[in-house]
Amino acid sequence: MSVGTKKITIEPVTRVEGHGKVTILLDAQGQVSQARLHIVEFRGFERFIQGRPYWEVPVLVQRLCGICPVSHHLAAAKAMDGIVGVDRLTPTAEKIRRLMHYGQVFQSHALHFFHLVSPDLLFGFDADPALRNVIGVANRFPELAVQGVMMRKFGQEIIKATAGKKIHGTGAVPGGVNKNLSVAERDPFLKDIDQMLVWCRAALQIAKTYTLEHLAELADFGSFASNHVALVRPDGAMDLYHGNLRAIDSEGNKIFDQVDYQGYFNYIAEEVKPWSYMKFPFISKLGPETGWYRVGPLARVNACDFIDTPEAEAARQEFKALTHGKPNNITMAYHWARMIELLHAGEKIRELLNDPDLQGTDLVTRGERRGESVGLIEAPRGTLFHHYKVDKNDQVTMANLIVSTTHNNTPMNLAVTGVAKKYLSGAVITEGLLNRVEVAIRAYDPCLSCATHALGRMPLSVELKDCTGQIIDKKVAG
Amino acid sequence: MNKSIHLTIDGKPVEAKHGQTIMQAADAAGIYIPRLCSHPDLRPIGSCRVCTVIVDGRPQAACVKPAMDGMVIENDTPELLQHRRNIIDMMFVEGNHFCMFCEKSGNCELQAMAYRFGITAPQYPFQFPEKAVDASHPDIMLDHNRCIMCARCVRASQELDGKNVFQAIGRGFHRKIGVDGEKALADTDMAVGDRSADVCPVGCIIKKRIGFRTAIGRRLYDRQPIGSDIEANATP
Ligand code: SF4
Ligand code: SF4
Ligand code: FES
Repeated sequence: MSVGTKKITIEPVTRVEGHGKVTILLDAQGQVSQARLHIVEFRGFERFIQGRPYWEVPVLVQRLCGICPVSHHLAAAKAMDGIVGVDRLTPTAEKIRRLMHYGQVFQSHALHFFHLVSPDLLFGFDADPALRNVIGVANRFPELAVQGVMMRKFGQEIIKATAGKKIHGTGAVPGGVNKNLSVAERDPFLKDIDQMLVWCRAALQIAKTYTLEHLAELADFGSFASNHVALVRPDGAMDLYHGNLRAIDSEGNKIFDQVDYQGYFNYIAEEVKPWSYMKFPFISKLGPETGWYRVGPLARVNACDFIDTPEAEAARQEFKALTHGKPNNITMAYHWARMIELLHAGEKIRELLNDPDLQGTDLVTRGERRGESVGLIEAPRGTLFHHYKVDKNDQVTMANLIVSTTHNNTPMNLAVTGVAKKYLSGAVITEGLLNRVEVAIRAYDPCLSCATHALGRMPLSVELKDCTGQIIDKKVAG
Repeated sequence: MNKSIHLTIDGKPVEAKHGQTIMQAADAAGIYIPRLCSHPDLRPIGSCRVCTVIVDGRPQAACVKPAMDGMVIENDTPELLQHRRNIIDMMFVEGNHFCMFCEKSGNCELQAMAYRFGITAPQYPFQFPEKAVDASHPDIMLDHNRCIMCARCVRASQELDGKNVFQAIGRGFHRKIGVDGEKALADTDMAVGDRSADVCPVGCIIKKRIGFRTAIGRRLYDRQPIGSDIEANATP
């Protein structure tokens, strides 16, 4: 008989949002040949949108994902701005949307760091899983757990004040927004924002110190050179809400820059692989083999020339100093980058709260109707693409979405492969390997499905299968 | 003949005028009888049966039944509540109602009724019927997924607009609102200013391009439950 490969399946991955499954493929010699992360994706949704009126889409698409509905809401609204012929919103509309978005980034990054990641950083990858979870953090570092909860709440309340609801709001409409922020709504945020910034700085400190203290280990932990893609402002600044596309290689050379995302499909293509529902995007001119890239906090901090808020910019400079101005390609540096963005989002929120434009009443603009439009936004997890065609009856005829986790598909597979190669010995899954696979995936903060997620409470089942599909080892942990 | 009419609703004495229906008399007295097909500007047809009350022991549709002297009427009873809930439930499962992304949300009478009756999830299985969307008209869209066959549009077109844009066609499960038979809305003389464009209790007849313009919190039933405008007329 031919030489088979053994399959090790880790399912579900705990403490990432949603749930997924990891298969580690061994070659005939029992060495890791490849690791695959299986993700449930939502292609069916793109068909469901067809025939719906375009103004419904920003609300409808939030059903895609219970984890970052606001990102889908805003990306779709940005696309629909184009459909109604609007390239520039009123100042009030743009700032309300930005506030909503920074609120979303703030709550998402805070949740991820405090609830999902801090147990790994504070206790170490090999700590007992019974301790290495958010309850463990709450017991040992009660003030941190409280901060996480308060910061998340702060971000969610901003979403509620701008979108109308914490989840599935309606605030962004084609060409603008449906409400401003009254002084009465604003004031509670103004009162709390300085405290939030104090906590942002502390969280950044934890992430930075951790990375620097474990640099030797992390440099070799699921890390690899890669391209990076992000939106940047025309002046090169980081901009989480709007900008042009920039791609850099692992050395920081620009592959393309200041690309108007309306034509993203001329620069980025998607590859289908038989074993995954998810597509694998790549930079067209480099091809699928070398054109894959990372998105999200690491890519954004790497790709931008500067950050336009002072504290986050100072933090970015420290981050860049470590790699002498070149991109940082360490997978675990995502956490540090994410906390730089958390601080940036906090600074932006403070700036916006002090802006009287938020109380403006000019909310919606209209232009000449178009048939096709693209909306991009830097969602907490990375660049999110929404692309629609709308017919003369106002019905959607085509929708193509590329979500952040899809962009990071190849990188996550590589990270897991790297970790597996380093830590798997024999055909048995050790606790140490299991933990490290999870930790590597978690760095990307993937939203693995729209399934409900129980934070850190998911049982972890591990299966080891031989080439006939027979389970030769099974383990349940967590 | 001019002698006024005295009746009771749930034990409360109510005075009615000649020619009034039970529903009109109740409205004037500040007693809310739930309803869906009835509309103040349209001839009542008694089709949805949400307004069923017990008159001297027998079920009657309050929107069509004339008020008569001496009637003893029950409206707010557990049995009637259950009956109304069942009807509302059926309406939800017989259509495709996704309130979370429906632009009528917050202004929808069916949804507001469900809230008033404390319905969070229907007791019947969803049928997920195949329904069409007619977006052919430049200013108005018909989303049959949300139609509850109340025939308000049919009556409004005939009685108020002097047109005949809408008709109920088909039988049983396949019953639906047609426009001039099997045509598309764009082929009719419907105009966005027609009253028939305003009377739909749900998100079936939609004026295009204005959805979601009203922020959550400022929509009609965000501020007050359905029926509370009528109940505000109540005398202690
Ligand atoms: S029509 Fe009413 S009940 Fe139906 S989905 Fe819309 S809001 Fe909900
Ligand atoms: S379209 Fe609206 S008004 Fe007409 S029958 Fe259906 S629900 Fe009633
Ligand atoms: S309101 Fe009376 S039957 Fe519908």
